[in-house]
Amino acid sequence: MLPEKLRSVSVDLNNDASLLIDIPDALCERDKVKFTVHTKTTLSSFQKPEFSVPRQHEDFIWLHDTLVETEDYAGLIIPPAPPKPDFESPREKMHKLGEGEATMTKEEYTKMKQELEAEYLAVFKKTVQVHEVFLQRLSSHPVLSKDRNFQIFLEYDQDLSVRRKNAKEMFGGFFKNMVKSADEVLIAGVKEVDDFFEQEKTFLLDYFSKIKEATAKAEKMTRSHKNIADDYIRLSATLNSLSAEESTNYYIIKFCLKLFQNFLRVCLKKVEGRVASDEELKLTELLRYYMRDIQAAKDLLYRRARALADYENSNKALDKARLKGKDVSQAEEHQKRCLQKFDTLSESGKKELTNFKARRVVAFRKNLVEMAELEVKHAKNNMTLLQGCIELLSGN
Amino acid sequence: GFYRQTLHTNKTSIKFLNKGKLLLPLDFYCETSLCFQALDNRNVMFVHLSAFYSYRSLPFCRFFLQIEEEEGGDSFDIHISVSDPEKVGDGMNAYMAYKVTTKTSVALFRQRDFSVKRRFSDFLGLHSKLASKYLHIGYIVPPAPEKSIVGMTKVKVGKEDQSSNEFVERRRSALERYLMRTVKHPILLKDPDVLQFLESSELPRAVNTQALSSAGILRMVNKAAEAVNKMTIKMNESDAWFEEKQQHFENLDAQLRKLHASVECLVCHRKELSVNTAQFAKSAAMLGNSEDHTALSRALSQLAEVEEKIDQLHQDQANADFYLFSELLGDYVRLISAVKGVFDQRMKTWQKWQDSQMLLQKKREAEAKLQFTNKPDKLQQTKDEIKELEGRVQQGERDFEQISKTIRKEVSRFEKDRVKDFKMSIVKYLESLVQTQQQLIKYWEAFLPEAKAIS
Repeated sequence: MLPEKLRSVSVDLNNDASLLIDIPDALCERDKVKFTVHTKTTLSSFQKPEFSVPRQHEDFIWLHDTLVETEDYAGLIIPPAPPKPDFESPREKMHKLGEGEATMTKEEYTKMKQELEAEYLAVFKKTVQVHEVFLQRLSSHPVLSKDRNFQIFLEYDQDLSVRRKNAKEMFGGFFKNMVKSADEVLIAGVKEVDDFFEQEKTFLLDYFSKIKEATAKAEKMTRSHKNIADDYIRLSATLNSLSAEESTNYYIIKFCLKLFQNFLRVCLKKVEGRVASDEELKLTELLRYYMRDIQAAKDLLYRRARALADYENSNKALDKARLKGKDVSQAEEHQKRCLQKFDTLSESGKKELTNFKARRVVAFRKNLVEMAELEVKHAKNNMTLLQGCIELLSGN
Repeated sequence: GFYRQTLHTNKTSIKFLNKGKLLLPLDFYCETSLCFQALDNRNVMFVHLSAFYSYRSLPFCRFFLQIEEEEGGDSFDIHISVSDPEKVGDGMNAYMAYKVTTKTSVALFRQRDFSVKRRFSDFLGLHSKLASKYLHIGYIVPPAPEKSIVGMTKVKVGKEDQSSNEFVERRRSALERYLMRTVKHPILLKDPDVLQFLESSELPRAVNTQALSSAGILRMVNKAAEAVNKMTIKMNESDAWFEEKQQHFENLDAQLRKLHASVECLVCHRKELSVNTAQFAKSAAMLGNSEDHTALSRALSQLAEVEEKIDQLHQDQANADFYLFSELLGDYVRLISAVKGVFDQRMKTWQKWQDSQMLLQKKREAEAKLQFTNKPDKLQQTKDEIKELEGRVQQGERDFEQISKTIRKEVSRFEKDRVKDFKMSIVKYLESLVQTQQQLIKYWEAFLPEAKAIS
C-alpha cells in the first residue's frame, strides 16, 4: 500500500467506508502491467464485502470511455483516464547500461544497475498511484460510484478483454472524435445565456493553455535535476577508481578523495535524486493531473454547449413546423426534451465546476506546502552532510 | 604537523622521530623497503615497510607510515593576480591586455607590491623560455594555457556578448593559475625571465610561441617515447622507482581525463537546469495570472519568484562547478603531460649516455686494431678521440644522475602541491555547495507561509 504522502494529487478521496478501493499490488510483465484492484465495501449492490481482481491498463481506459459515452453523465466531469505506463526512460537507461558494460568497472556497473532499479521502481509507483486515484475519484463521486460498468470493473472476476472489444464496436469512438473539435465549438460561440458558464468558459480555456505550458516546463526542469543526479553517480564512480590509484600516494589525498567520493555517492546523489523525484511528484504530477482534469471540465462545457445548440436547433425546427403546420406536437416534444437535457446539464455542470475549483485549490495548497517543506528538509540535510565533510577535510 | 608514531611489536619497538630519521632495531627483518633520504628539511620521507616476524604468534603485517613535514616556515610569500582585461587596438590586430599584480615579501624583488601589463603571447613566451631552459634537466615546468583561435577571434571582432565575456574570464583565471604555479616552484621563481616578466614595464614581444605549447610538449614526449622503444632498460632498484612512478602518472592521467569529462557533463547539465528553471518560473507566473482564486494566484506568483531566484543559484553553482572543479582537472591533465615529458627527458639523457659509451667502445676497438698497423698519426687521432669520448661518457653519467635526482625531488614536490591544491579546491567546492543549500533553505522557508495562506 502506497504511503499517504505519495497520494499527492487529489485529496479527500477514499474516505467513505462504504466503498474503499486501493491498488495494493502490481506486476510488471515485459510491456504489460497487471494491477490488483482491491475493494472493501458495505454496499449490498456488491456480491461480497471484500474482493480483488486483476486488471490491465486497457481495462481502465475501457471504463473511462464507457463513462464518457454515457448520456446520463453528460453533466458530470469524468475523471481523466490514467496515462499509459511509461517505462521508456528506464528502458533506455538499461540499454545504455548493457552497451557500456564492457567499459565500466564492476563497481560502476553495480551502482548504475542499482540506480536503474530505483528508477524502474519510481515509474512503477507513479503509474500505480495514478491508476488508483482514477478509481478513487469514481468511488467518491455520488453518481459515478453507482455506475454499473464501474461495478463490473471492480467485481467481475473474469478477463474484461471480451467486454472491451464489444464496447469498441458499439461506440466506435464516436464521442471521442467529436471532443477533439470541442474548443472550436465553444469558441465559435453559441451565445451564452448564463454568466457563470461564460466566465467558466473563458477561465478554463485560458487556464488550460497556461497549465499545459507550465507542465511541459516543469517536466523539463525535473529531467535536468535527474541528469545532474546521474552525473553525480558517474562522478563518484570515477572518484572511486581515482582514489584506488592514489593508494600509492603517501599523502592524505586518498583520505580526501575517499571522503569526497563517499560524500558524493551517498549524500548528493541520493538527495539530488530524491529532490528530483519529490519535485516531480509534487509539482509536475500535480500540474499534469490538473491539466487532464481541466480537459475533462472543458469536455463538460462542450457537451453543454452541444446541448444548447441542440436546443436552439429544436426551437428553429419547432418554428418551422408551426409555420408548415406539420408534426407540431413531435417538434414540441423534441424541444421540450432538449430544454430538459440542457437544464439538467447546466444544473449538474454548475455543481461539478464549483466542486472542481474547490478541489483544485485544496490540492494545489497541499502539494505546494509539502513541496516547500521537502525542499527545506533536503537542503538542511545536504548542508549538515556538507559541513561535516568540510570539517573533516579541513581538520586534516 | 609532525606525525609521531610508536609501534610495538612483540619484542621490539620502533620509534620514528622528527626530521625523518628512522631507527630500526637490528632484529627487525624488512622484506622490502624503499626509503628516500630526506634531501633537506622540507622534503618528506616516505617509508614503506613489509615486516615479517619470525614469531608465529604475530601475523604478517604491513604498515604505512607517513611523516609530514612541518607546515609553515614557508618563505614563499608571494601572491599574483591577473585582472582588468582590456581590449587594445581594433580589428584582427587587436589583443587583450591583462594587469599582472604581484604582492610579495620575497627579497628577490625590488618592490613589495607592483603591477605590469601583459598580453597572452607574453605568457606563452615566458613558458617557452622556461621550458627550453629547464625541461631537459628534469624540472616540471607548468604548461601555459591553451591558445584558442575561435575564442580570440570573437573578442577581436568586437562581439560584446556573454560567450566572449565568459571566454575572457576563463582565460584570465587560467593565466592567474599559471603564474601562481610557476612562482610556487622554488627554482623557477628565481629565474631572471620570471622576474623580468613580473617586474619589467616593457617586455620584448614574444615570437614563435608555437614552440612549447602543451601540444608541443606532447610532440616532444612522443619523440622521446620512440627513443625509449629502441633501448633495453637496465633494471635496478632506482629504475624500478621511475617505472612505478611513470605507471602511476599514466593511470592518473587516464583517471583525471575521465573525471574531467564527467565534470564537464555536470557543468553542462547544471546550465541546462538553470535555463529550464527560468522558463518554468515564467510559465508559473503566467499560470498565476490566469488563476482566478486570489490566494492561489498569489502563491503561484510567489512560486515563480522563488524559481527565478533559484535559477540564479544554479548559474552560480555552475560557475563553481566549472572554476573550482572542471578547470582544476583540466590544469592537472596538462600538468601531468609535463611530468610525463620530464620522465622521457630522463630516458633521452640515458640514451645519450649509452650512445657515447657505445661510441667509446668502438673507438677502443679501433685503437686496438690500429696498434698492429703502422699508422702513428691515425693512432694518435684515435687516442685523442678516445679522450674526448671518455669525457663525454663521464658527463653523460653525471647528467643522468643529476636529472634522476632532480626528478625525484620534483615528483615529490609536485605530488605534495597537488594534494594541497586538490584539498583546497575540494573544500572550496563543498563550501560553494553549502552556500547554495543555505540560500535554498532561505527561499523555500520564505515561500512556505505563502503556500499555507491558500484557503
